[in-house]
Amino acid sequence: MAATHAHPPGFAHQFETVEQQREAGHLGMWIFLATEILFFGGMFTAYTVYRSLHLPAFIQGSHELIVKFGATNTAVLICSSLTMALAIRSAQTGKSKRTIILWLLLTMALGAAFIAIKLRYEWYRDFVEGLIPGVSWLSGGTHTPGVKMFMCFYFFMTGLHALHMVVGLGILTVLVIMTARDRFSPGYYAPLEISGLYWHFVDIVWIFLFPLLYLIGGRY
Amino acid sequence: MAEHAGEHAADYHEPHIVPVGTYVMVFVALMVGTALTTWVSYIDLGEWNTIAALAIAVCKMLLVVLFFMHVKYATGLTRIIIIAAFFWLGIMITLTCSDELTRHWEIVPQGWTSAVHIARQLF
Repeated sequence: MAATHAHPPGFAHQFETVEQQREAGHLGMWIFLATEILFFGGMFTAYTVYRSLHLPAFIQGSHELIVKFGATNTAVLICSSLTMALAIRSAQTGKSKRTIILWLLLTMALGAAFIAIKLRYEWYRDFVEGLIPGVSWLSGGTHTPGVKMFMCFYFFMTGLHALHMVVGLGILTVLVIMTARDRFSPGYYAPLEISGLYWHFVDIVWIFLFPLLYLIGGRY
Repeated sequence: MAEHAGEHAADYHEPHIVPVGTYVMVFVALMVGTALTTWVSYIDLGEWNTIAALAIAVCKMLLVVLFFMHVKYATGLTRIIIIAAFFWLGIMITLTCSDELTRHWEIVPQGWTSAVHIARQLF
């Protein structure tokens, strides 16, 4: 290093190269995502066990969910993953900060739309119809006990997923502010990429939740 | 940075920039997958409904991981972490199920001579 102060923006001096720093960041994020895979995996495992123990009840419970809202929300999340990928690409290719912010805001709008649909058309309806165990449970007589178990899985799994979405919206807000303050360039956009990994991970969780909760109860 | 780039010329490669066309194609494939999994769930395939739903979900996951999450262009070290995560998930699900899902089996093995008998009862 001829000039020790000529670091590129965002380059921490414990790393040999920008590339090494980028790889270390990715590796660290994937290790975190590995813990997230096992965190959600615990619930998927429990779901698998209880589904096999109470199959008819789980099918009955699955029929209480409305497929069109689940499918719409899947599409909304896939759109938000595309806009997130395009936000990162805009930073990579040195597009204006206005372009990056627009893609980020679009991602946030889609994420908020997901939560809004979930709250207004699913959870609120579940509350009114008495499908929330322990909070509003009106259908005890007509349902076998296993249905209550299914609804517990439904609310814990979709609830924790929605919580991850809310955290994601917070991260995106920070990214918008960082972009507005000219923190990113084609040489440094690691926070965008790392946050993108998180956002896509949350999308993947929903890709599995949708068929497991809404569809494999047999809709025919 | 020029000196550093020179020293590590063999290792150094620019971060891969995925073409917009690739992203759009992956997006279309994911949307088609969503429509397909919804459509298939309305057809009675017996046990194959579950297998079809999970197979489509795994395909969609692979598309997101490889292209949106850039793992197709990632280093071996990152890939090993990802494979390890799913391997551990596999251990958790397999071992849990091997316990929970076999508790109702009421066959008491009585030595190797009854192995054929047990196999007949199982399958």
